[in-house]
Formats: sequence, C-alpha cells, structure tokens
Amino acid sequence: MAELTRRGLLTGGVVAGVVALAPAAPALSARAAETAVAFHGPRQAGVATEPQAHAVFVAFDLRKDTDRDALARMMRLLTDDARRLTQGRPALADTEPELAASPARLTVTFGFGPGLYAHADAKSPIRPLPRFAVDKLDKKWSGGDLLVQICADDPLTVTHALRMIVKDARSFATVRWTQRGFRRAAGTQPSGHTQRNVMGQMDGTANPRPGTPEFDLAVWRPDGTTQLVVRRIRAELETWDAADVVAREFTIGRRLSTGAPLTGTREQDPPDFAAAGAHGFPVISEYAHIRRAHVGDPSLRILRRVYNYDEEVTSQGHADSGLVFASYQADIERQFVPIQKRLAEADLLNEWITPIGAAVFAIPKGCDEKGWIGQEVLS
Amino acid sequence: MSSRFALSLLAVATAAAISSCGSTETPAAAPVAAVPVASAPAASTPAAPALSITDPWVKTAKKGMTAAFGTLVNNSGADITVVSGASPLSPMIELHEVVESDGKMVMQPKKGGFVIPAGGTHELTPGGDHIMIMDAKQPVEPGAEIPFTLTLADGGTFEFTALGKDFAGAKEDYQPGMDMGGESDNG
Repeated sequence: MAELTRRGLLTGGVVAGVVALAPAAPALSARAAETAVAFHGPRQAGVATEPQAHAVFVAFDLRKDTDRDALARMMRLLTDDARRLTQGRPALADTEPELAASPARLTVTFGFGPGLYAHADAKSPIRPLPRFAVDKLDKKWSGGDLLVQICADDPLTVTHALRMIVKDARSFATVRWTQRGFRRAAGTQPSGHTQRNVMGQMDGTANPRPGTPEFDLAVWRPDGTTQLVVRRIRAELETWDAADVVAREFTIGRRLSTGAPLTGTREQDPPDFAAAGAHGFPVISEYAHIRRAHVGDPSLRILRRVYNYDEEVTSQGHADSGLVFASYQADIERQFVPIQKRLAEADLLNEWITPIGAAVFAIPKGCDEKGWIGQEVLS
Repeated sequence: MSSRFALSLLAVATAAAISSCGSTETPAAAPVAAVPVASAPAASTPAAPALSITDPWVKTAKKGMTAAFGTLVNNSGADITVVSGASPLSPMIELHEVVESDGKMVMQPKKGGFVIPAGGTHELTPGGDHIMIMDAKQPVEPGAEIPFTLTLADGGTFEFTALGKDFAGAKEDYQPGMDMGGESDNG
C-alpha cells in the first residue's frame, strides 16, 4: 500500500483540507514528530520504550472461524493502524482523524497467546503459567489469544488507538478483557525515575536498564521476540492501612521514603542480604519481598513494566486498586516462573496482595515499512 | 518535465473529455481523445507515475453494494480525468458523487468522471466522491486486498489495490435518483 509521507501530509493535506487550518498545521506536525516513537524496527516498540503515563491492555478471544488466513488479514489491518497512529497520522478510515494528531509517545505492541498459535496451526513458544498457591484467578482477567498493549502519555490518544484497534479486530475476535493503568503524569518526574505503586512502594528498582547488555540479555531473544506476563494484582489496601511503617518496610526490605534497601542509604544500593541486626537476625528478613524476588544472574532478571489501576470505590468506601503487572523476559519459564514460585511460597507481601488475573503472550519481532507484525508466524 | 505545449494541449483535451462525458450517464463510454497528451508526462518520469493513490480502502461487505475510497494524487503538470473503474469484485462499477437535492444528500454517477487537477489531489471519501461497487459477487473481507483498475480519459489505465476495512458509515442504499439513506452531512 502507498504510504503517505509527512511532506505529502503537509502539502496534500493542507491543499485538500480546510484553508483556515493551514497556518497551524506545520506547528502541530512538528510537535507530533517530537513525541512519536518509531514503529518500524527489528523489535516491537513498547517494551524497551520508557513507560508512558497511560496504558490499556486489551486481550481478545479469536472467533472460531478465524483461521491462519484470517489471522494474516487481521494482523495486516492492525499493523497498519499501529504504524499510522504511532506516527501521528489517522488510521485508514479513521472516523476521528483529528484525535490522531498528537501521538504523545504512543506505542502499540502485539502479543500472541497460546490459543492464537492453535488457530494458526503453529507451535506455541509459550504455555499458560502454572497455578501459584497465592493465585485467586478470575477468568474475567485471565487468558486471551491476542493481546494489544497500547501506551501513551495522553489518555485520549490511548482511547482513540484502542477504539481503532478494537474496530478492526472485532470481525476476527471478541474482547476478553480490558485493563487500564496509569503511572505518574508525563513530565512530573525525571526520566528513568522509579515509580510508586498504590501501596506507596517503589516499583521496578531492580529493572534492567534499556540500552545495556544486561537488558538485551534478559529481555530479547536473538530473533527479536520476547515474552510477556500480564497479571492483575489486587492491593488489599484496607488491611495494608493497618500496617505501620516499620512493618511495611520489614515486609519489603526497603525504606518507603527513599526506596533504599534496609542495609543501605540510596535506592540503587545493592541489598546486603548477609547483614545481621543486633539480635543476630538478618536485617532484610528471610521472607522480605526483595529477598524472595532477588535474582543474581542478570540474564535471569525480568523487566517490570507495570501500571497502577484504580477502579470504582465501593459504597462502603473500599478501594479497588492494584497493579497491572506486566513483565517482559526472553523466557517466561526460565525467568518469571522461578521468581513467582519463590514469592508464592513465602513472601511477607502476600498478605496484602492477591493475584486475580494471569495471561501469557509471545511478542513477535518488529517489522519494516512493508511488513506486518506476526508475518513470520502467519504467512 | 511538462512543457507548455503539453500543458495547454492537455487542458484542451481534458475540457473536451469533460464536455463529452457530460452528455452520458456511462463514464466508460467517454472518448479517448486525450491519449497522446496525457501519456507524455508519465513517460518522461517513469519513477513517478502521473497518477497515484494514497490510503486506498474499500468498505467490507458480504455481497451487493459497497464503495472504495482513497486520495487520488496527480503527480503530473496536467489535469487527469478518471472516466471509469473496474474490479474483479463486480462487473458494475461506477464513479459516484454525493450532491444535495431537495434538501437531501443523494449519490449519483459523476458526470465527466473524477478530474484530478495538475499537481493536485482528489479525495474519494464517504459522503463525497467514491468508487461505487454496485453488485459485488464475492465478499469483501476485512484485511482483503482488492484490485481496482481505473481508466483515464486518454485511454490509459491505473491499477491499485485497496484494503478491505470494516466501516459503519458509507451506507450505499443506492437507488438511481432516490435518497441514499444513512449518509448525511452530520452523519
């Protein structure tokens, strides 16, 4: 298909469009360009991309008759939407083209669940997670054949992209679940700053840093693919409220104020798991979250790319809040599962969190201007 | 690339094509008077064809009527007139416009076809000019790539592929001379 160039947009668009808008158009396009994240490349965007402020994760169930050929048509359509919208251009047949003008670092990332491979008569590189003792999974938040992760610094941009993607997917699939999440507003914290979750804790201190060999080793496979775990983790804020600061810090193994390990003074100080206190007990408890989650081998770490959620407050004033936990890793079985097993066995934090949803997806490699996501799987 | 000679000749030829088409409801019957002139600019720059299309798409349909859209781009220095369209989808394809008639928006075959001005564009859009597929013999599935061939006033042809796209609007409840229903200014 013919691609509309930026120059074509400016000349053709202005000529054909409303004359009164012509003076404003170049300025808007310049701003849009500044906030666009490249779509094309050997790996999909939205993984190593610094997390945007807003996200929606939408999972689909494929319709019975969505076969390999239909899947290819679907992914051509969805890829076309993503490559246009992320660059600040309206989708094809976009009914609200004005909403595409500000991409606000929009990324659209596609993931394939085990069920998609079954529909495509292909071997799935992933399988559902084992059941963990702490899980209280609800079907409403679990599973899915196709995942689309849509992230941007502007919530209206996310809404518009979601609308276009869903409109183009629904001939092929039904929506299984939608999870919206947020982080601090864009620009309110320095780049790379560790986020806090709704429980007030720093979240992601131990993340590998994009652009480092450790990141590439932990997150990417040699073919440009990666694997995604999405878990919905409810925060039990009513009982968490009853825990005092000492108990909270003992639970995590970090100071709430600075995020520093209990054995250090700064957030990035490595925890000293051997350090003992006055009575000979370890400073960082045997059951503290950071000890249970700790991974020494950089290739076995995971990239937490998480979002907070905060839904309707009940009539009694109870919160429905928590974490849309999303982690990227080269190999779910080798990296995520062992960590989660250790946490499920004994993590003090388990008393205040409840996993209520779980899903796994393979993230296909990226594509170039002429290709589409999933082409190597479906064509 | 386009000399004044070609420009002036083409203007004449285009005008002739429009006036002759204006007398008929069947654009396909238009004369091919413009052949030698309109093909000249295209021949001089093979890398940039005189006519191109951006964002071509066709509304999905089980069968029957549907429509194709996109932006026709004239990369040449002379006007180009599209006089008819064809596709394996249907033997009956018309070039349509939407006009106001007695306070209602109605669609009808566009007399003289689509004229893409020299160096300019011509939008085919729901609620505006469009390529009308009158009787699709096979479904237009979402994501399908549907070939189209446009015939120009000079007898030349232009081929493109349009992407099948689900779309709620562009309801082509077409009856010649009747209210098209569904499509309106504020729709």
